[in-house]
Amino acid sequence: MTDADDAIRRTVEAVARDSYGRLVAWLAKRLRDVAAAEDAVGDAFVAALSTWPRDGLPDQPEAWLLTTARNRLHARYRRERTAATAHARALQLLAERAERAAAGTTFPDERLGLMFASAHPAIDAAARTPLILQTVLGLDAAAIARAFLVAPATMSQRLVRSKAKIREAAIAFEVPEPHELPARLDAVLESIYAVYGSGWGDAAGADLRAGLADEALWLARVLAGLLPDEPEARGLLALILFCEARRPARRAADGSYVPLSQQDPARWDHAQIRDAEQNLAAAARSGRPGRFQLEAAIQSVHADRAQSGRTEWTAIAALYDELVRLAPTLGALVGRAAAVAEVHGPAAALLRLDQIGSDAVAGYQPYWAVRAHLLQRLGDARAAAAFDRAIGLAEDPALRSFLLERRG
Amino acid sequence: MLLIYETPQDFAARTGDKATPYVAAWRAYHRALVDAGVFVGGDPLQAVDTAATVRLHAGRRHVQDGPYADTKEQLGGITVLELPSLDAALEWAARCPAAATGAVEVRPLAPDLRHRIVS
Repeated sequence: MTDADDAIRRTVEAVARDSYGRLVAWLAKRLRDVAAAEDAVGDAFVAALSTWPRDGLPDQPEAWLLTTARNRLHARYRRERTAATAHARALQLLAERAERAAAGTTFPDERLGLMFASAHPAIDAAARTPLILQTVLGLDAAAIARAFLVAPATMSQRLVRSKAKIREAAIAFEVPEPHELPARLDAVLESIYAVYGSGWGDAAGADLRAGLADEALWLARVLAGLLPDEPEARGLLALILFCEARRPARRAADGSYVPLSQQDPARWDHAQIRDAEQNLAAAARSGRPGRFQLEAAIQSVHADRAQSGRTEWTAIAALYDELVRLAPTLGALVGRAAAVAEVHGPAAALLRLDQIGSDAVAGYQPYWAVRAHLLQRLGDARAAAAFDRAIGLAEDPALRSFLLERRG
Repeated sequence: MLLIYETPQDFAARTGDKATPYVAAWRAYHRALVDAGVFVGGDPLQAVDTAATVRLHAGRRHVQDGPYADTKEQLGGITVLELPSLDAALEWAARCPAAATGAVEVRPLAPDLRHRIVS
């Protein structure tokens, strides 16, 4: 491959990241068919990869792609015309509108509607996040399956079924009405957060799924940009930025795991932390706190260690109290116990852990890791069993080695 | 059923008098499986150099030293789990200490066939 080919390929990738979702959103809304929109846009990108290296980059790559997608729809329309179906008529109308949109200098960004349709309550909860990844970012089922540890065939089926559901149930590609917005927005926020990985601070998930961390950050930024007045959208963006900022410090030079308390703040990404602080401050000005703003605020307190050299655990514990009141997830309950340990000591924290239902925590690795550390600090012989459980449930080899060493 | 494929380094880490981190990780993993109530059975296998492979060609026995497949990772053990779904099995397979170095194959058992054979 020549340098020029390489440059074209990189350009196509850059255009794809931003345009893929816009094009699919625009077409899907009018066609009321996500799969058909994806096919047309996918074809257009394939065509771009073969023509752009030969003819050079078009002046308006997005318009070129929309025109090409339109041509594919035209071709499909001609094939289906003999059937004289309503669907064929819809395809023709759509192709005409696509032509007008491509002629304009801008066309509307309707990715938000696509996100709300993908995270609609009628869609299987397990399919919402994968659907957003596929429709907005164009990730293929195999890559999504890898990230979520699901068999590729199962993931394909889930995605196909969900797209059929959107078509058959005529789910609208719209931003919901104000009275519906908070509940519906939660589903979108949670889906994007699930892209980022596990919900607990520096737990293994975020590193294992590092491949999709960029995608999560990108989606959160798009969402916050499209919904500037929704503080929780900015809160989610701030939370992801804080966690990403610590990525460089999470592993030592030899690849071993470094817990948050031992990370060197000099290795944090301070530009990302500033970006996070600004978004969190803008969200806070709305006076409408929420789960993601609180989680971001907790990370903001951790980030302060870069300046002050110490961690304000009292503030973190207070934020966790509010978070547990608002959204008592396992991650929040375990995080609060860890904060209580720093403020009131391990015995008080252990009481908090004991209050969590035993069924819920059976397979929740962070619970066993925190429990093991608390028991060890108390000199309790049950620490070894808790460490074993935490090690056995760990997926990240670096975290496993760290816990094996701690257990002694 | 989890089919555990281990690297030569993993096999080396299984033996010896001193407890290695690899064996310690396996102890913890086994404990987590039992505590979660999903462990049915399973066993580690001896090293590959103990393997012999038998075939009948035209009624004649052919015995070959070594394992059936000549691959870098070799079958090192099996673990049978009782789980509600393939997703759950993949989750447990990812936590297996061998998954980070070798590979863990996940396969459902075939109870229908078993019934036809053993009844």
